[in-house]
Amino acid sequence: MSFRRTDWMLFGLVLALGLTPWVGSPYVLRLGTFACLYAVLAMSWNVIGGMTGYPSFATAAFFGLGAYVGGILLTKGYPLIAALGAAALVAFVGAMVLGVVLLRLRGHYFAVASLAVAEVLRELTNSATDLTGGGMGLNIPLSAVAGAGIAQAASFFFLTMWGLLLLTLAAVLWVERSKLGFGLACIRQNEAAADMIGVNATFYKSLAFAISGLFVAMAGTLYAGWVHYIEPPDVFDILFSVKPIVMALLGGLGSTAGALFGAAAFLALEEIVWRNSLQGSSGILGLLIVLLLLFLPRGLVSLGGQLVRRPHVEAAPGNGR
Amino acid sequence: MTKALLRLESVSRRFGGLQALQTVDLEIGTGEVLGLIGPNGAGKTTLVNVITGVHPATAGRVFFEGRDITGDRPYQTARQGIARTFQIVQPFPELSVRDNVAAAALFSRKSFSIRDAQDEARIQLERVGLTALAQAPAATLTLAMRKRLELAKALAMAPRLLFLDEVNAGLNTAEVEQAMGLIRRIADSGVTIVLIEHLMQVVMTVCSRIVVLHNGERIADGDPESVIRNDRVIEAYLGKKYAQRANQSPGL
Repeated sequence: MSFRRTDWMLFGLVLALGLTPWVGSPYVLRLGTFACLYAVLAMSWNVIGGMTGYPSFATAAFFGLGAYVGGILLTKGYPLIAALGAAALVAFVGAMVLGVVLLRLRGHYFAVASLAVAEVLRELTNSATDLTGGGMGLNIPLSAVAGAGIAQAASFFFLTMWGLLLLTLAAVLWVERSKLGFGLACIRQNEAAADMIGVNATFYKSLAFAISGLFVAMAGTLYAGWVHYIEPPDVFDILFSVKPIVMALLGGLGSTAGALFGAAAFLALEEIVWRNSLQGSSGILGLLIVLLLLFLPRGLVSLGGQLVRRPHVEAAPGNGR
Repeated sequence: MTKALLRLESVSRRFGGLQALQTVDLEIGTGEVLGLIGPNGAGKTTLVNVITGVHPATAGRVFFEGRDITGDRPYQTARQGIARTFQIVQPFPELSVRDNVAAAALFSRKSFSIRDAQDEARIQLERVGLTALAQAPAATLTLAMRKRLELAKALAMAPRLLFLDEVNAGLNTAEVEQAMGLIRRIADSGVTIVLIEHLMQVVMTVCSRIVVLHNGERIADGDPESVIRNDRVIEAYLGKKYAQRANQSPGL
């Protein structure tokens, strides 16, 4: 397995983003952190939604799960790295088990069932008052960056989110090029036929679901540490499920580069619309997205294909569309 | 007969109120080219589905190379060396023709890397005469070419037992000729073949043994000559009246 030129370009772009704390204002830094967060969510969703063809609405579930697992450990004084590891582990195992059940459903049925996961988790979090603070929310101490000023803390969380983005990018590019990605492409295109040539579809789908949950949960932990206060309606917000899908569609369904550019484009649109019209901004944003999808159904990456001739694809069966 | 490659012991399969297979016993020896025929709805495809694990048997046992594979899932039987083509072709539409075949090689064997699988794909595409179309997306192929792609996919799995489900359906005479030549060559390479066919003349010329299913039961089994003279077979295909008339005038 080898990385292609376009992959190195993606890595280069993401690496360049890491300079933000040294060049940008606090506002830019905040935007940069959101850019990294969105990119992690979109690329993760792309593994199950784009590569495997199962339209998951479970992103918010993994995000909230990671925020609470990590957040609770942080309040108990565990270091950030332990909180991240625990969140990742819980999400991975949970998604694996859940996947075996949920991924028997297809299409709309799977979408609705996955939507319910976040709702269930939110209610559980709400009612487990002793552990999570319930509706009161959870205050997370600044221990990870104890003694640092606001600016340093902002830089710290930007850099950790950026590090997570690099990790996610490397992982999903690996998935895309690996035997796993090949199998996922087969499952997306014809699951019965994939089964007949020896693809263990149940295992592959669950693994894809677990990988897509893993990084989202870690992003949830970092988010919790970053904002210092989480409550169930915030981190289990349905928008955390919907936005990554819109980003992946904007960028170009099924491609990692598409998810990355889609996340950036979405953030830019969101920010521009918010700044210029506080009232009715969601309406304008929605309209813009509908127009973009109408006129660019294959997403932003299809623009790239028209401008630059892609290098001949030799060993890349994984990326469809 | 040599040692049985595949053995079915009173295999039954029921779909709700429909008894699709009724206590079928069957042995297939290594190297055989067996024809499986029967009217529509006789249970031919169901039999293949039971063996490959798509629909597990509701009763009875299936043995492959002496191992009990009853209840194994399709991906497991595929990895053990049982391959099939589908009556309705099942390509991965967005993958290239080569990657379709490479996928079959990659996932049916443990030791293959993606590159090994793509090398194997080239060999199998050469064998079925699809080399020129290797880079085309599978969705762009004509029906005859898709049938060949199915065959290449099955061959890439290095099967020891190969089910060909209506590989000739929808093909014209010239295409059938080509396909039959190909099947003979595959048989000569030592693969045991079960040919599921509607076209009697195809089965008669290629197969050394024919099994007839009717309403889920095995009603005849033997060499082609004896099977077409079998009363129950004539009855199943043409009805009772015709069978009686055929008996009265043996010259028919």
